[in-house]
Amino acid sequence: MSIGTRTPRRGALARSESRQALGFVSPALAGLALFTIVPVVLSIVMGFFNWPTFGEKTFVGFDNYIKLFTDSPDFWPALRNTFVFAILYVPISVALSFLLALSLHSRIRGRGALRVLFFIPVVTPMVANVLVWKMMLQPQGLINGISQSWFGIELPNFLADPQWAMIMVVLMSVWAGLGYNMLIFSAALEQLPESTVEAARIDGAQGLRMIWSITVPLVSPSIFFASVMTMITSMQVFAQPQLLTGGGPGNSTQPIVQFIYNQGFKFQELGLAAAAAWILFAVIIAITAAQFSVQKKWVHYEH
Amino acid sequence: MSTSSMTMGPGALAELDTASTPPAPRRRAKREKERISGSAPMTRGERVRLVFGHIFVYIAALIFISPLIYAFFSALKPNQEIFAMPPTLVGSEIRWSNFADVFTYGPFLTYIGNSFFVSIAGTLVVLAVSTMAGYAFGRLRWKGRDAVFVLFLATLMVPAEVLVIPMFTVMQWFGWVDTYQALIFPFAFTAFGTFLMRQFFRGIPFELEEAARVDGAGPVRSFLQIVLPLSKSAVAVLAVFTFLSFWNSYLWPLIVTVDYAAHGTLPIGLATFSGITGTRWDLQMAAAIISMIPTTILVIALQKHLVKGISMAGLGGR
Repeated sequence: MSIGTRTPRRGALARSESRQALGFVSPALAGLALFTIVPVVLSIVMGFFNWPTFGEKTFVGFDNYIKLFTDSPDFWPALRNTFVFAILYVPISVALSFLLALSLHSRIRGRGALRVLFFIPVVTPMVANVLVWKMMLQPQGLINGISQSWFGIELPNFLADPQWAMIMVVLMSVWAGLGYNMLIFSAALEQLPESTVEAARIDGAQGLRMIWSITVPLVSPSIFFASVMTMITSMQVFAQPQLLTGGGPGNSTQPIVQFIYNQGFKFQELGLAAAAAWILFAVIIAITAAQFSVQKKWVHYEH
Repeated sequence: MSTSSMTMGPGALAELDTASTPPAPRRRAKREKERISGSAPMTRGERVRLVFGHIFVYIAALIFISPLIYAFFSALKPNQEIFAMPPTLVGSEIRWSNFADVFTYGPFLTYIGNSFFVSIAGTLVVLAVSTMAGYAFGRLRWKGRDAVFVLFLATLMVPAEVLVIPMFTVMQWFGWVDTYQALIFPFAFTAFGTFLMRQFFRGIPFELEEAARVDGAGPVRSFLQIVLPLSKSAVAVLAVFTFLSFWNSYLWPLIVTVDYAAHGTLPIGLATFSGITGTRWDLQMAAAIISMIPTTILVIALQKHLVKGISMAGLGGR
């Protein structure tokens, strides 16, 4: 690429800029084509094929989709598990992290250090977080140990009990993800318009009234953003159930992404896995669209 | 999200609040001014509330961090004492050697080395590609620019789960299965970095560049010498989030790595640790604690930029 085009005519300048722009953008374009666009197209194709990892591929039309809905013993449970996880996880996580961000307001001493502390699990490899919880949740682990030796109460075997396993996956995930939304809310709370807050205060708003009537509406765009993002990521949950419970007991905590992973890379059915991934994508789009359509009722964008 | 779960409130709470007699308006206004300036002599009520606020936050923090504290002390115990009844925080001896044993028990050093290599290489690729493309989209004029940009943004909608299945097949075509390239490149070209850089570059005044252009600098020169140096903070934010997402990535390495002992990254190493160690919880905890150290240092070092980064980047992370 040439440096310094001296006093060219306008057309030549534009042409040279176009050429140079192509140079700037082509690595990104090539990478995106190769590693996103080709795979997306391939994935659509795969969904209509019986596509083993090695060996003959055969066109099967919509059979993969039909098989998932009618014939696959784990598909509906996986979809259900993912929904259960999201419905428990999103509200708890968003509410707790908002509460935390509110509590860590400007007058709390050492709040910088506290923020880092709450953020540690967010940046830690999820596998490490899961290992810690897995140890605590063992029948002989910390939680049952304390309960038994201090209170004489024998707790259920959390990770082997179909009812408790999902609750523990949610609890562990809330713990691990809390710091992320907390930081989003902290950022929003720091940008509250001073004048509105002052006006409300002079009008006598205080405490919870202040939070509910002033703060929450003012940061509702952030709450909306956090709910949408958290919902999307929770529909994609994988590492926590896979490592904490192995998806079990039975298939009671296996989420849809683990189902996709198993179909593709355990049972070598890439076509079926691709079809399931597209169903997940459609579900995520539908939920996100629903969230956007109800936002008008509670999200305020006036400032 | 419904807000109905929290409807029990404002009316009843407002009554509670007004029950304490409010001070005269003028005094209150004065106090508010002091509060903003930070000098603020507090009323008794405020002081009490602040004390309770501290207690609440500190207790919450302690409960929150207790799993990690317990994990740390467990990493220092002899293995047979981890599940002692009743549970103890400190074992009969403090075995710092557990932290060293992690490295001799399995190829843990390889995992850490692989993670650093893949994360740093991936971050460099992302930074180079995104800043260049961001510059083309944000500051150069060319035909079809907006259409291509919309295509870029559209790819952000595709979730990783849809991509990993065919991506594995693409890796087979390239002969890249179980290689470092496969760990670095496939997720280094997402449109997110390009989008972030474009947004930032657009905010830089065009006059700065025009002056250089008049003096004869081409796009390459003004990109390297004007726009990039002015964008250090945005580049830093993108670098940190990219590094973290490579460092913590689990699903893709799990799929594309075959020989874990050679190409496994840290999350893979941790996940398979229980496989090779059986019941060595002490070493697992030591390994988990070790894996937290680099990212925790990163977060402490960049603490001030974190809030800014999150509000700027919105997403990122895992």
